[in-house]
Amino acid sequence: MLSLAIAKLNDFFAALAAKETLYLPVDNDAGQAQYKKWAEGDTLSQALNTVRSAKDFFFPQTENLVDFKVDGKKIEVIDPRSESEDFVVFGVRACDARSFTILDKVFLADPVDSYYKSRREHGTIITMACTKPEETCFCTLFDIDATNPEGDVRSWMTGDRVYFEAITEKGTALLDSMKDLLTDSDDSAVESQKAETKKILEKLPFGKLKMDEFKGENLLKLFDSPKWASLSEACLGCGTCTFVCPTCQCYDIRDFDTGHGIKRFRCWDSCMYSDFTRMAHGNPRLTQLERFRQRFMHKLVYFPSNNDGEYGCVGCGRCLAKCPIHMNIVKVIKTLGVEQ
Amino acid sequence: MQVTETKEFKPKIVAFCCNWCSYAGADLAGTNRLNYPADVKIIRVPCSCRVNPMFILRAFQRGADGVILCGCHPGDCHYTTGNYFTRRRMALLFSMLDYLGIEKERTRVEWVSAAEGAKFAETMNSFVEAVTKLGENKRLGDLRCKVK
Amino acid sequence: MQSEMIRRAKELLADGTVNRVIGWKAGEFDYDITPAVFTCPEQLDEGFLYNDFCQANVSKYLIKESRKEGKILAFLKPCDTYSFNQLIKEHRIWRDNVYVIGVPCDGKVDVDTVKQKGLQGILSMQCDGQTVTAQTLYGEEKFDKADSMSDRCLNCKSKKHVAYDELMGEEGEVLDSHRFDMVEKIEAMSSEERFNFWRGELSRCIRCNACRNVCPACTCEKCVFDNDASGIAQKAAADSFEENMFHIIRAFHVASRCTDCGECSRVCPQNIPLHLLNRKFIKDINEFYGEYQAGEDTTTRPPLQAYTTGDVEPSIVYQKGGNN
Repeated sequence: MLSLAIAKLNDFFAALAAKETLYLPVDNDAGQAQYKKWAEGDTLSQALNTVRSAKDFFFPQTENLVDFKVDGKKIEVIDPRSESEDFVVFGVRACDARSFTILDKVFLADPVDSYYKSRREHGTIITMACTKPEETCFCTLFDIDATNPEGDVRSWMTGDRVYFEAITEKGTALLDSMKDLLTDSDDSAVESQKAETKKILEKLPFGKLKMDEFKGENLLKLFDSPKWASLSEACLGCGTCTFVCPTCQCYDIRDFDTGHGIKRFRCWDSCMYSDFTRMAHGNPRLTQLERFRQRFMHKLVYFPSNNDGEYGCVGCGRCLAKCPIHMNIVKVIKTLGVEQ
Repeated sequence: MQVTETKEFKPKIVAFCCNWCSYAGADLAGTNRLNYPADVKIIRVPCSCRVNPMFILRAFQRGADGVILCGCHPGDCHYTTGNYFTRRRMALLFSMLDYLGIEKERTRVEWVSAAEGAKFAETMNSFVEAVTKLGENKRLGDLRCKVK
Repeated sequence: MQSEMIRRAKELLADGTVNRVIGWKAGEFDYDITPAVFTCPEQLDEGFLYNDFCQANVSKYLIKESRKEGKILAFLKPCDTYSFNQLIKEHRIWRDNVYVIGVPCDGKVDVDTVKQKGLQGILSMQCDGQTVTAQTLYGEEKFDKADSMSDRCLNCKSKKHVAYDELMGEEGEVLDSHRFDMVEKIEAMSSEERFNFWRGELSRCIRCNACRNVCPACTCEKCVFDNDASGIAQKAAADSFEENMFHIIRAFHVASRCTDCGECSRVCPQNIPLHLLNRKFIKDINEFYGEYQAGEDTTTRPPLQAYTTGDVEPSIVYQKGGNN
């Protein structure tokens, strides 16, 4: 296993950033972690995770799809894409790393989303193992090992060293290019850290929820459950849960009239919004109950039914921490997960 | 022959003028052959209180460097009380823009009656001068609307 | 207080005064509380809660609830009663269908503030007077309640209930708060500093609309930002202008109606101090048109729906406004 002294981490970042754009979590003005393009002086945030997930890198909140330049009766179609440069994201947690696999199933399935694909190809993910999970974490429920995350390279920070292990070819190439800074070392420190963290992961309050009920056969039973009424009663219909979620992938496409042309862009949308999926005839989901149900049915029933049982949730706990009224997927699982 | 291009800053000014006083004032300024810069684009509104704060922001979004709102003198509103509401709204809006760090000199309210052609021209001249001094509006524009 | 509230709620349910109760429901931990409607005594025993973590303002829910069949019992904290009154004034709540019991509040513990101070893995929290004890995955922690409150509670404007049918506990007073201190601090900055400050804050906005949807003053059936016909409908801020516009217009739409309940800042996932925009309007209104507290009564006209012939001119901003 390769390693590096934590004191040398800045040199590592500088060397990486010299080759390609490097993003990592840093603390913002509000004292919360957010991904930022690394610049000299930036230090890695100590927070467990960022408020916004890492999905932004591949599926940004707004994205210019195409431009139309209007000149008299002539319309020119312009592809505004410029992202052809490689980038590295450092410090992604296991839950977010898994979310990429879930997003891949949506955006890389036929028809392939070329915008997403190009970003995936250009991005290298360096994940970092968790050591201090929060009470809101429940990644273990989805068989995610927070001590051994996925990604191109995984890393562990323990004692005064950072340990790296390449997983993919892209990751191997990245570590190879950094080998001047890295030294070979044994992995006993990593193993003992993993064992320590696993003990805490065992204690997570939502790590072992009952999920047996959430399967395709129960679709109608769950859909018709009277319990949705009380669950959705206080929902404000805001998009906080959707926008902090690493796996929510719905978007809207809009045209913006710049006065001298049109910019077509896509932006995140939320199934919690009253104008979500509105069509010429109106909105198919008229009440907040229906919208609320849609979000959780999608994550817990529809998505796994179409994707070999993989749930549309990675247990990152962002919605638990951020929902203004503290209604969340855990409460839904606990309420509906019992035999109907 | 070589033409040297001078890149003098010409501000884009949007002036919302009420139909009954200020727009007529602008007319009078014109018929009296009074000069004011052509950079001022007038938008006629039925009453100064028709101007929603949104209009002012939209003007800035679309590239205005300054926005001025003209109405009847308080007490003379064609609709009796419209401009009293304008007065309160704009005082608060301008104060908020200033609070957000957007130069307060880019916004102005002036009362111009139908008989005050000279005041209209003077007002526009002084406003254009003030905005020219500030230069291009960079803090409240929309990059997408800039003509490249 | 909680058991007393449950007892009284059961009485009112039993004698038919009300058929529902709106209050706060226990969550998975002690602090993840959800507003909820209870319809029977069993539900009250099971989940009704009133503790130092009940932050949510339930007044806005009464718009819908008061239009339903029968009377609903609402427990309102002092700051909730201001929102309630404001909604009565705007004819949004049907007063006859609500039975209000005022409940005291000594400031609420804000979990976000606690977490911001570095406490991780909080499994439970108890507040005993001025001390909060937290059990976490990593051991027990004790800290002062004052250190765990958000700005809105630290600078509480009033402990007085301005609307109720019945009161529990002692009535409080309108307080002299320091709620405009931060606004003054920002006003004293240079124009460029202010611009950078707000850019820094507003650029974090993810347009989740939580501030708008929780706001008891934002009660339009269709928001201008959701209305395609308005020309400004948007789901994401694609440009810094749109971030500014959303927050300026939102603050403006509630100006002179905002009671300063602070819900907007509480719910913001990105911790943007949105209340500082509302407080700027409140402060300006107080200075320009005389002291006014929205929600204090149900009859006076909000300053933006009124005028006097001697009002200050907008040019006051050039003299009074912040530094350049």
